[in-house]
Amino acid sequence: MSTLVEIRNLHKRFPIHGDLLDRIRLKGGRLELREENVHAINGVDLTVNKGEALCIVGESGCGKSTVARTVMGLIEPSEGSVHYQGQRIDNLSPREMMSYRRRMQMIFQNPYASLNPRMSITETLEEPIRFHQSDLGKAEMKDKVAEVMQAVGVDPSWGKRFPHEFSGGQRQRISIARALIVDPEFIVADEPISALDVSIQAQVLNLMMDAQEQRGLTYLFITHDLSVVEHFGARVAVMYLGRICEVAPTRTLFAQPRHPYSQALLSAIPRLEDERPRFIRLQGEVPTPVNLPSGCVFHGRCPHANDRCRNEIPALRQVDDVQISCHAVEENRIASG
Amino acid sequence: MALLEIHDLEVKFALRSGPVTALRDISFSLDRGQRLGIVGESGAGKSVAAFSILNLISRPGYISKGKILFDGNDLAQLNPSQLRNVRGNRISMIFQDPMMTLNPVLTVGAQMVESLQAHTRISRQEARKIALEKLRLVHIPSPEKRLDQYPHELSGGMKQRIIIAIALLLNPDIIIADEPTTALDVTIQAEIMDLLLELCEDRNLGLILITHDLGVVSQVTERTIVMYAGRIIEMGPTKEIINDAQHPYTQGLINALPQQGIPGRRLNQIPGSMPPLQQLPNGCAFHPRCAYAKAACKEQIPAFTQSGGCQVACHMVAELVNQAGKSPALENSPSTGQDS
Ligand SMILES: Nc1ncnc2c1ncn2[C@@H]1O[C@H](COP(=O)(O)OP(=O)(O)OP(=O)(O)O)[C@@H](O)[C@H]1O
Ligand SMILES: Nc1ncnc2c1ncn2[C@@H]1O[C@H](COP(=O)(O)OP(=O)(O)OP(=O)(O)O)[C@@H](O)[C@H]1O
Ligand code: SF4
Ligand SMILES: [Mg+2]
Ligand SMILES: [Mg+2]
Repeated sequence: MSTLVEIRNLHKRFPIHGDLLDRIRLKGGRLELREENVHAINGVDLTVNKGEALCIVGESGCGKSTVARTVMGLIEPSEGSVHYQGQRIDNLSPREMMSYRRRMQMIFQNPYASLNPRMSITETLEEPIRFHQSDLGKAEMKDKVAEVMQAVGVDPSWGKRFPHEFSGGQRQRISIARALIVDPEFIVADEPISALDVSIQAQVLNLMMDAQEQRGLTYLFITHDLSVVEHFGARVAVMYLGRICEVAPTRTLFAQPRHPYSQALLSAIPRLEDERPRFIRLQGEVPTPVNLPSGCVFHGRCPHANDRCRNEIPALRQVDDVQISCHAVEENRIASG
Repeated sequence: MALLEIHDLEVKFALRSGPVTALRDISFSLDRGQRLGIVGESGAGKSVAAFSILNLISRPGYISKGKILFDGNDLAQLNPSQLRNVRGNRISMIFQDPMMTLNPVLTVGAQMVESLQAHTRISRQEARKIALEKLRLVHIPSPEKRLDQYPHELSGGMKQRIIIAIALLLNPDIIIADEPTTALDVTIQAEIMDLLLELCEDRNLGLILITHDLGVVSQVTERTIVMYAGRIIEMGPTKEIINDAQHPYTQGLINALPQQGIPGRRLNQIPGSMPPLQQLPNGCAFHPRCAYAKAACKEQIPAFTQSGGCQVACHMVAELVNQAGKSPALENSPSTGQDS
């Protein structure tokens, strides 16, 4: 299995631009301008293998979208690097980035906002071709648009219609069509089905799985819905407060989550067979990414935290086919089961 | 007679293009201590149903038919002060968006005191004491401190707990919760659901839980109503609906869940999507998406059929059940609808 995308020691800080007066402090008789940051990503290492679907899960604000946008080159990392087929891409000029832009496509959560309301479906689908494959003739372009529309289950005769004439599920199909039309290798999908109803989610997930099989696509799939991950992903990365807790083959993670946070997260999935809510209750609340906790970012909520956890950041360690960052797991302090 | 009874409720929206029917044939009841789930896709009419129960439906919506009886009284016949009494004291509502309940410029304590004083004649001090007691009830850490905090200083999960505490202020008999955890993370959702269940059990509260998550329904409720395009299409004991759904739509919905699929394989999808109210097809609103649809389905709105413990609005129930090798007790309910 070859590596397609590699993220190395990624950090992303967003400065908080508060009121100037709020940021000025008197310290030791001198005025000081306080710099505050949101620590959105705090040292993420992750590889995506060619042909797989790697899912990133974690709760709101843990940095999933920031990872996605950094990989796509939409934002610059504060530290660390992103590599595509061995080539570093996070520091390329816009011109150098062009060829990667075609090979990597992104699908967003909101099918309402991500389509231009003033463009017909045909125009929406032709635009990326004009941009990336300007050598394509008119007739070829038309064929291509029809082919992709068919592939996503949107009747090509609807090409003259505008986004508002379509349902949420249909719009998301059109967004997927727009991503597929330039024959990408790699698709980053940020919560592509979260805004859709269950019966429509199944349609879109099926479409994405079909496209993967037929076109040999690689996915980085971001979601907070764990049952979707269980179904869709080959591997899962669990994030908490901008760090990776655990990366594991999906089946392994669902059979036996090892990181205390993965355990809590998986325990909270409502299951059809449940008689009442069953879950591992965490203490405390998610800390803000402005003042990161020392040591393990999860220590304040973790039932297994000790002094080492409070002081030393756990590294991501390989155990069998799983990577985990937890002192308690390393020290064998957590009974498995 | 149950504490809350909804009889044959119909709600319309007077739109410029003419009236559209948003709810029809809605009948169900709820007693103290019972937990009822209402599920369905976006636009199915769940929120309109919840608002109608409290007679809170506002223009262009109006109740065009049916009765809502609370404690034997028809809500439509109550005067405004009686209605306010039912809404605040007897039935509380928890909205999906916390900011529908919370006022951003008032502290938590001030809002709670204000709600209490609007409904009962008590001193500020007494009101604060009750507020504190309710915050304890919903397991809020350091409740004294919270009374003096503003909503924006609280996390989403904490806000939702405070809203539940506010809903409990006047010791209601029934709580209607409209997607109370949709905006929250799963770990917090689990805690809130656990809390709601605990409150129902310990305090004999009636609960109407609106959600689109069948897993949540399964964890919390005893009975479930499945809605589609403004109508109840199946209603019965939750376990029966989850394990042995009779209506093709309910079956489709459950089978489409990733939990029910084989990892990596295609999911069972329902083709098409729910039509908007203005474009409801004749007959069974589900028929264009239904694999079992026959001629009758395209012409006549199906009446309810009793099948096992469930009421099912489907022309094909008898045949579907027979195919599955069971002999159902068939019994048509009085509500027969002809599409207009
Ligand atoms: N442009 C920005 N400026 C400042 N802070 C930001 C910016 N983008 C993201 N953040 C912050 O970075 C953190 C991570 O955000 P991110 O959107 O990556 O989370 P997420 O995991 O995608 O969450 P969600 O599930 O809610 O989409 C959050 O605290 C967020 O508020
Ligand atoms: N004020 C209004 N004017 C016109 N139509 C309305 C109005 N309010 C609701 N509707 C329509 O009534 C139908 C039912 O809406 P409702 O909000 O009850 O759906 P829901 O089942 O709660 O969906 P969701 O899961 O998205 O909350 C929808 O078709 C909606 O468009
Ligand atoms: S490192 Fe410590 S605090 Fe962090 S998850 Fe493991 S046991 Fe818990
Ligand atoms: Mg996000
Ligand atoms: Mg609603």
